[in-house]
Amino acid sequence: MSVDNNTVKKIARLARIHVDEDRRDALAGELNAILSWIEELETVDTDNVEPLASVTGHSLPIRDDVVSDGNKQEQVIANAPETTSGFFVVPKVVE
Amino acid sequence: MSDLLQLSAVDARAALDAKEITATELTQSYLDAAVQTEALNNYVQLTHDKALEMAAASDARLRAGTAGPLEGIPVGVKDLFCTEGVETTACSAILKGFVPPYESTVTSKLWADGAVMLGKLNCDEFAMGSANETSVFGPAVNPWSQSDGPDLAAGGSSGGSASAVAAQSALLATGTDTGGSIRQPAAFCGVVGMKPTYGRCSRWGIVAFASSLDQAGPFARTVADSALMFSSMAGFDAKDSTSTNSPLPDLASAMAAGVKGMKIGIPVEYQRDGMDPAITKLWEQGQAWLTDAGAEMVPISLPHTAYALPCYYIIAPAEASSNLARYDGVRYGQRIEEGGTLDDMYEASRAAGFGEEVQRRIMIGTYALSAGYYDAYYLKAQKVRRLIRNDFDAAFAGVDAILTPATPSAAFPLGVKQDDPITMFLNDVFTVPANLAGIPGMSVPAGLSSDGLPLGLQVLAGAFYEDKMYQVAKVIETQSGFSGAPQRAAGRAHS
Amino acid sequence: MSNLVQGQTGEWEVVIGMEVHAQVTSHSKLFSGSSTAFGAGPNQNVSLVDAAMPGMLPVINGACVRQAIKTGLGLKAEINLTSVFDRKNYFYADLPQGYQISQFKHPIVGEGVLTIELSDGSSHAIGIERLHLEQDAGKSLHDQHPSKSYIDLNRSGVALMEIVSKPDLRSAEQAGAYIKKLRSILRYLGTCDGNMEEGSLRADVNVSVRKPGAPLGTRTETKNLNSVRFIMQTIDAEVERQIEVIEDGGEIFQETRLFDTSTGMTRAMRSKEDAHDYRYFPDPDLLPLSVTQDYVDEIAAELPELPDDIRMRMVDEYGLSSYDAGVLTEERETALFYETASAGRDRKIVANWMSVELFGALNKAGKILAESPVSPAALGELVDLITQGTISGRIAKDVFAEMFETGEAAASIIESKGLKQVSDTGAIEALIDKVIAENQDKVDEYRGGKDKLFGFFVGQTMKLSGGQANPGMVNQMLKDKLK
Repeated sequence: MSVDNNTVKKIARLARIHVDEDRRDALAGELNAILSWIEELETVDTDNVEPLASVTGHSLPIRDDVVSDGNKQEQVIANAPETTSGFFVVPKVVE
Repeated sequence: MSDLLQLSAVDARAALDAKEITATELTQSYLDAAVQTEALNNYVQLTHDKALEMAAASDARLRAGTAGPLEGIPVGVKDLFCTEGVETTACSAILKGFVPPYESTVTSKLWADGAVMLGKLNCDEFAMGSANETSVFGPAVNPWSQSDGPDLAAGGSSGGSASAVAAQSALLATGTDTGGSIRQPAAFCGVVGMKPTYGRCSRWGIVAFASSLDQAGPFARTVADSALMFSSMAGFDAKDSTSTNSPLPDLASAMAAGVKGMKIGIPVEYQRDGMDPAITKLWEQGQAWLTDAGAEMVPISLPHTAYALPCYYIIAPAEASSNLARYDGVRYGQRIEEGGTLDDMYEASRAAGFGEEVQRRIMIGTYALSAGYYDAYYLKAQKVRRLIRNDFDAAFAGVDAILTPATPSAAFPLGVKQDDPITMFLNDVFTVPANLAGIPGMSVPAGLSSDGLPLGLQVLAGAFYEDKMYQVAKVIETQSGFSGAPQRAAGRAHS
Repeated sequence: MSNLVQGQTGEWEVVIGMEVHAQVTSHSKLFSGSSTAFGAGPNQNVSLVDAAMPGMLPVINGACVRQAIKTGLGLKAEINLTSVFDRKNYFYADLPQGYQISQFKHPIVGEGVLTIELSDGSSHAIGIERLHLEQDAGKSLHDQHPSKSYIDLNRSGVALMEIVSKPDLRSAEQAGAYIKKLRSILRYLGTCDGNMEEGSLRADVNVSVRKPGAPLGTRTETKNLNSVRFIMQTIDAEVERQIEVIEDGGEIFQETRLFDTSTGMTRAMRSKEDAHDYRYFPDPDLLPLSVTQDYVDEIAAELPELPDDIRMRMVDEYGLSSYDAGVLTEERETALFYETASAGRDRKIVANWMSVELFGALNKAGKILAESPVSPAALGELVDLITQGTISGRIAKDVFAEMFETGEAAASIIESKGLKQVSDTGAIEALIDKVIAENQDKVDEYRGGKDKLFGFFVGQTMKLSGGQANPGMVNQMLKDKLK
């Protein structure tokens, strides 16, 4: 698998990171260097191997249904670049 | 004052209890040392007033006889741990100005046990890097150097932590290890760095890099100090679903036990081409020390070792690409409104806020998870991960611990390997398998290279068997007689 | 009755699937301990986890798991003892993490079935594909400022059950019945309050058309419909649009559309939609969810009687039609009301009174059953008075109207207004004699063969009695007298 200029554009879009047009080729090169090396994995036989999603071995711990959090609007918005009357403010979204 | 800096944490605790020294004096020495070693760029923020406040409170508790296990001990905190009321940036422009209204679980436990916070320590941006060169604050510098030589890398990502402990500007320091970010810088700086079993330390309040790999751990000058700090950091946290509820084994007894009768695995696949011959020699020396002390060396095979790095370099960026999506300029951190729309804001803020390495890893991770590639990359990597874990499980059925080098070379000069992503990755080759398998590992300084730079040996143990790991590490420390005295430590005249 | 729609080139079959998002009834959110209560000020019911601060981690709420399993059992579905939470990655202002924690490959509930009853008496089994748990998003206000949107994360992280049907629905009517039945089941179980206006229940509708026997056509998705009416309107609008497009030689694109309530039509979303690449992968902050069969059995043992079971019981034991029983069991409160009102009485008569008179009056007054001024006991009493012959059915309607208006009991209204049915043979005979005497000509016509005039005599007699004569007796006695 290799990425070209266009793929870099798409990935950057998915990741919401602006990449200047003149940087895309270089980035594609860097990514390809890493990707070709990662492709070594293809040589490993993983038939009948279960993916290891968790190393801990225990299953998901459950919490009781009590209200134990929230009610801290000040803390929640304290670091926001822009707020108004307790709301976070962002450039308008049009659907 | 510099005598105070020579005290280990264990000895400082005894001296504090015996009222030979006060916490305030000790903290002041370290604050002075931090200023003195400023050029190493280890501290991104020195919390001077807070440190003295905490030291005063420790002194009160010491007088009242209610001292905790870490009472009065000055600790540096990697800037990846959220500290309440104290700016936390993950060494990234995107979080400049972020002041958490909460404290991470691990650091809360340290303060609850009486430790004193000196300040926040430099690291690679979002913990991504092996040389602390991706930090928005500039690199952390290794206090070790060859005479008249260039500045050396402290290692990464916890470069600031390792360097500060080595330079005696922190007595203990916190780090995080995702692919070797504690063990490798520890080896480069000649200090003890430990990554616990995954799940031992809570991840709550630590800026997440790769959730299934990240673990907090201690930096210390001695094995005993490491155990002391680890005991405070570890513990079940109900706020972290991946936290394990398993009592710590008895580390004190383990460190006193010696290694007689233990079987130590020596993995054949870790003998790599291009390794500094001094490392190979040190590894053999380590085996000799352990044999002398009564242990048996057993060749073992970890057949999938070669695949650990590519496996890691899919899983870590994939998880990171998702973990870093929250840095969007909406609720905290840097925001750049350019172009007018919400998406424009996201793209501009993240492009300006994330450094190149972080951007690269987010892109790789995004790609690896994207439509059509999930099976080939991410799923495949998770399967290989299982094979790596199986290798260790099989090995630990026959040995108590595994001994390997910590790094393929001594610390390299800053700025040298920056442009070649692959070479940078190879720095992690000995350390990454432990993160993938979730097993504990620690790096112990064991000798010097021909250039007089520290070299470390790594001890690995089975999941939850930190006692066996400390047991072996203690013997190595004793046998090596390593006495780290970097050229640029505090209290020394610098060149 | 055919569900096929007539186009210009022939008949079209409509294929509909629905994805319903139901907010789980619980005190706190799915992965955090903040409150799910409605109506709090902006960002009040928000924890640092909900706000996706650096280093925050999810911890699952056991009650939400229980509610999902309960719902699955209510849908006769397979419960998956192991399920996995995945991250669904995308960027939006009301999605603070930059991903939604959902379930992709291994949902907690698998295939099930939901049966709908239509007014023509037919019944259809609609397949359930799956049910999974996921986080709700926050709310964006786009109309408070010309160039800015305001974000409130109170709803962010509330537990949702996403219930996906198989594409088994074939008409807007079926879709309407489906959502009503689903809502009913959720309310019976207490797993979701089903309040569509408040947004606790939202539906996405997938619509496609095809010629009968042809493979499935391309479907469009219209999201976030919050009323049965909108759902049905959307389907009709989409079907019409799609048939028109295809018959004009065009193509249907797989796209997401919005329903415009003011025009009654759907339109494509304005944003340039990147093909959504959600990059699902198992959430590494969570481990696989494991429940035991014992746990599931425990929940099953505690399930209340479900609407279909009550409905079937009513059909079997009370002789009600499936549809009528369906109406009476749509809400648990209705079924309870009915059971109480009809206990020890003619079940069918009470059923009729409820469906027609009571519901009619409630609708007109804009009240719900819980606000009924007529209690189950009061209704039952009224029916007793009818069956005992104290009042006629005709008079009972007036009495009922008075009961509804004033909340007074039937007996006292009848007493105070003197509405008792006259069943005294002597009195009725007197009335009949009067009517006959005053209408001798008609009597002769009737006796001469004009049978239709019988109704006239009945009407006159009833009128003379002020409506209070027992109609049955009037009929009988008139027959005799007019022989």
